[in-house]
Amino acid sequence: MRIDCPHCGSRDVQEFIYLRDAGPRRPDGMAATLAEMHVYLHERDNPAGRHRELWYHGSGCRAWLVVTRDTRTHAVFAVEALPASVESAST
Amino acid sequence: MSPQPFRTPAGGLIDRAKPFGFSFDGRRLEGYEGDTLASALLANGVRLVGRSFKYHRPRGILSAGSEEPNALVELRSGARREPNTRATTAELFDGLEAASQNRWPSLDFDLLSVNSLFGSALAAGFYYKTFMWPAAFWERVYEPLIRRAAGLGRAAVAADPDHYEKAFAFCDVLVIGGGPAGLSAALSAGRAGARVILCDEDFALGGRLLSDRRMIGGRPAADWLAATLAELESMPDMRLMRRSTVFGVYDHGVYGVVERVSDHLPTPPPFQPRQRSWRITAKRAILAAGAIERPVVFAGNDTPGVMLAGAVRSYVNRFGVLPGREAVLFTTGDDGWTTARDLADAGARVVAIVDARAEIDAGLRALAERIGARLVTGAVVESAHGGKALRGISVRNAAGHHVEMACDLLAVSNGWNPTLHLTSHQNTRPVWDATIAAFVPGAMPPGLVAAGSAAGRFRLEQALDGGARLGAEAAAECGHGRGAGTTDRTADDEGLPATPVWRVSGGSGRKRGKAFVDFQNDVTDFDIELSAREGFRAVEHLKRYTTLGMATDQGKTSNVSGLALMAEQTGKLIPDTGTTIFRPPYTPVAIGALGGHHRGRDFRPTRISPTHAWSERQGAVFIESGAWIRAQYYPQPGERDWLETVNREVLAVRAGVGVCDVSTLGKIDLQGRDVGVFLDRVYCNTWSTLPIGKARYGLMLREDGFVMDDGTTSRLADDHYLMTTTTANAGKVMQHLEFCHQVLWPELDVRMVSVSERWAQAAIAGPRSRDVLRGVVDGQHDISDDAFPYLAAREVTVGGGIPARLFRISFSGERAFELAVPSGFGDAMMQAIMASGRDYGITPYGLEALGVLRIEKGHVAGSELNGQTTARDLGLGKMMSSKKDYIGRLMATRPALVEAERPTLAGFRPVDASQRLRAGAHFLGLGQPASIENDEGHMTSTAYSPHLRSWIGLGRIRNGATRIGERVRAYDPVRNGDVVVEICNPVFFDPEGARLHG
Repeated sequence: MRIDCPHCGSRDVQEFIYLRDAGPRRPDGMAATLAEMHVYLHERDNPAGRHRELWYHGSGCRAWLVVTRDTRTHAVFAVEALPASVESAST
Repeated sequence: MSPQPFRTPAGGLIDRAKPFGFSFDGRRLEGYEGDTLASALLANGVRLVGRSFKYHRPRGILSAGSEEPNALVELRSGARREPNTRATTAELFDGLEAASQNRWPSLDFDLLSVNSLFGSALAAGFYYKTFMWPAAFWERVYEPLIRRAAGLGRAAVAADPDHYEKAFAFCDVLVIGGGPAGLSAALSAGRAGARVILCDEDFALGGRLLSDRRMIGGRPAADWLAATLAELESMPDMRLMRRSTVFGVYDHGVYGVVERVSDHLPTPPPFQPRQRSWRITAKRAILAAGAIERPVVFAGNDTPGVMLAGAVRSYVNRFGVLPGREAVLFTTGDDGWTTARDLADAGARVVAIVDARAEIDAGLRALAERIGARLVTGAVVESAHGGKALRGISVRNAAGHHVEMACDLLAVSNGWNPTLHLTSHQNTRPVWDATIAAFVPGAMPPGLVAAGSAAGRFRLEQALDGGARLGAEAAAECGHGRGAGTTDRTADDEGLPATPVWRVSGGSGRKRGKAFVDFQNDVTDFDIELSAREGFRAVEHLKRYTTLGMATDQGKTSNVSGLALMAEQTGKLIPDTGTTIFRPPYTPVAIGALGGHHRGRDFRPTRISPTHAWSERQGAVFIESGAWIRAQYYPQPGERDWLETVNREVLAVRAGVGVCDVSTLGKIDLQGRDVGVFLDRVYCNTWSTLPIGKARYGLMLREDGFVMDDGTTSRLADDHYLMTTTTANAGKVMQHLEFCHQVLWPELDVRMVSVSERWAQAAIAGPRSRDVLRGVVDGQHDISDDAFPYLAAREVTVGGGIPARLFRISFSGERAFELAVPSGFGDAMMQAIMASGRDYGITPYGLEALGVLRIEKGHVAGSELNGQTTARDLGLGKMMSSKKDYIGRLMATRPALVEAERPTLAGFRPVDASQRLRAGAHFLGLGQPASIENDEGHMTSTAYSPHLRSWIGLGRIRNGATRIGERVRAYDPVRNGDVVVEICNPVFFDPEGARLHG
């Protein structure tokens, strides 16, 4: 599998580390309830198909990227650099 | 040396001037350079090559390629012994030792062939039905018995002496297969200027052109082959990889290839790997892997001497070997007839041609007449006889009468199946093409196309044309233009394709000999009937119930026949019966090749500290610690064991001064306006109040509320901080901080970089540490207690202007400093510290003493920060700020994490000071039985304290902090430990911390 890093170009998947679904936004820990933090931390959809997810280019530019991938075929539709692709939900 | 009785007097692509000696089951034989083991065995008249998996049936050589199901042998001996190698692909070399396998006591006389007599008992589903009960018998009786009787070769017992490599390559066009289609594709892509890699599993390029007598452009195909290879070799961006199997297709144009670099040599030459596994990334790929001929299922079709007709041509034309002298051809199409012609031309007697078709072309009839072969049309071979070597066959003619014929070779031609395995590696299924009665590639992995026989276009002209066209298209898709150059691609005629006969039934019931569908797993037509009868009709059920196609060859010669038989049983068409998909690897790949250099101590890279050479000169004993090699202790002459050494080091630190390398700690440089805010959010304690020139201990939680890591962070300037992490978590913390910054809080003005390797760092610990440092740090820097108190952190210079960083922090509980210099000065720094410390008796200490010192002080480390502990568990709950949000704040308040009963950190001392404590021991109340219910926690770290003259331990025990003075059992059944210990304050030494400042 290859990921087209916006900074480094097409690189082997071994250079990257997968984290999670890119969707969840971290709530403000001073304002949120335990239940809200639990949802942020643990509850994930498991779609068969298109999935936006966070990958870390640890053996490259060290950028966190949002990769849109088909979980069934591994087809990659988009690779976006942060922070443009993720809005900050915290203060 | 014996002569080679079945070698033709001339011809073939072998080098008769280069004879090679080899052995098979200890028998000395001779072959030539250019032979495979199979061709050399046949040249010597060796036909019985192995015993089958289940019935121990005598087996010979069926094919001439990697699809071979029968002729699996062990090659070499000792540590290099390799089982289950196909004799048909093993390249002969001088001195090759080969042995048959799965026979006992000998190949010729195999006691377990009695399995064959009880054949019906070993039919499909036998294991499931028979070994059901009693359940306890499975492990003790049945499985060992079955394992002895069934199975293939023996793996070597000794460690593999060879080495392996991994390599990476990139290209525009990857061509898989070096036959006419592949060469043609490489030629047109190469002429267009594309970067091309061509891989072929064979040691010679040419594919079927090496084995068939064909014409291209009115001239022998060998001329075309030579000219094409010469042109390809001359291209600068063309890499021709022989002995290289493309074994897998992975996502996004990544192909796995194993290159057998040295398997054709007795031993790999120095500095050459045995095999190399490649990961090739290609923009486009062309599958030109050819086709695999199919056998016919009839009784005795596994008798040595029954061979695929195309393989017979390979042995005759490529290797100059007659696989038999009295041959019969059994064919269902025109293609097989060329085998009869080539056999006759090479000097064999073609006894008969049995053609299943009633109507035969007049030209073929004339051929039969010319070579003096009896022609039987509309007929089938019903059975083959002979046991260990074919002696004769029984033919059923069009009238239904039986004709017996004596022969020693039966060449079977029943059409070809495209070698499409790679096309289904990404879960796409082949589709049935009724016009050629074969599966052809269906949906393809992106970027891959099939050419020639692999696409079901079997004619030579189709291979040449299709290859050329697809090669040009692939190059164009990679941005290259059209290439110059033309090639005449007209080929000689090749008649009508096969009308396959899947099975010849006949004979009567149980008396009929076994007719094999899957040779390698001993699956017969009877097994498939049984499977259908018992309801296992879906292709996936058929496969699992009978093991059809589940052997090491993945059913290369058997899957399609098996499906055809199931279709026959269920009254369906073959495409409606379904097909299974193939998985990587196409042929077996040695695990060693996939691992490459990553084995033993090279399994992962080891890191050494910048002071490693200095430690070596001090005679250090080293130990692996995570990815690092660290100095464990520094023995002196006369010391009896490690404990004596470590005790000396520990006492020296507390009494005077010691020095220890701490370069392996993770170091992260953080700069920017908002670093203070950032640290507030990633650490549980407060950072925005840290003054410039100060260090602070920090504790980092994971978002789920458990402790992630700890370390000290110093503020070197208004907007410049230096974080240290534990050695083990350096990478993980870096990744976490990048996540926090880039994903959670990109608005913060923070920049960070890992500087772990940039700085060599030493801890100078003990009452005399400042005196030692005074001789190292340049004079203008005031390091007196007033100017440089506990937790001071500053940039200084050493050695007359070398930039350095000095921190007054302590892991040992003593007055202590850590000094960091650029890595290149690490060795010099240690020398300078030792020189300055000589008058104070400075003692180098290693990881063991470091551990003792920290346990004496109750400092937590990796064993306590194990991912299951909270700040409270470690007695650090008061560090958690309530005034700000930080990672893990909220989740750390979950009820289970704040429960009073949780095991918390405490110290432990044996009541009998002579008893040793062990980490891992579990705590039980005195007199309580050892059960899960009574488990109160466990010991995490232990050490022998020379100050207390006793073993001491840290651990977590329920309500630890409130139970000081109580006695419990430290129960360690694994090492027979059961020690009464007293719970105590985890700070064993100087609990007031007076020595830090003194």
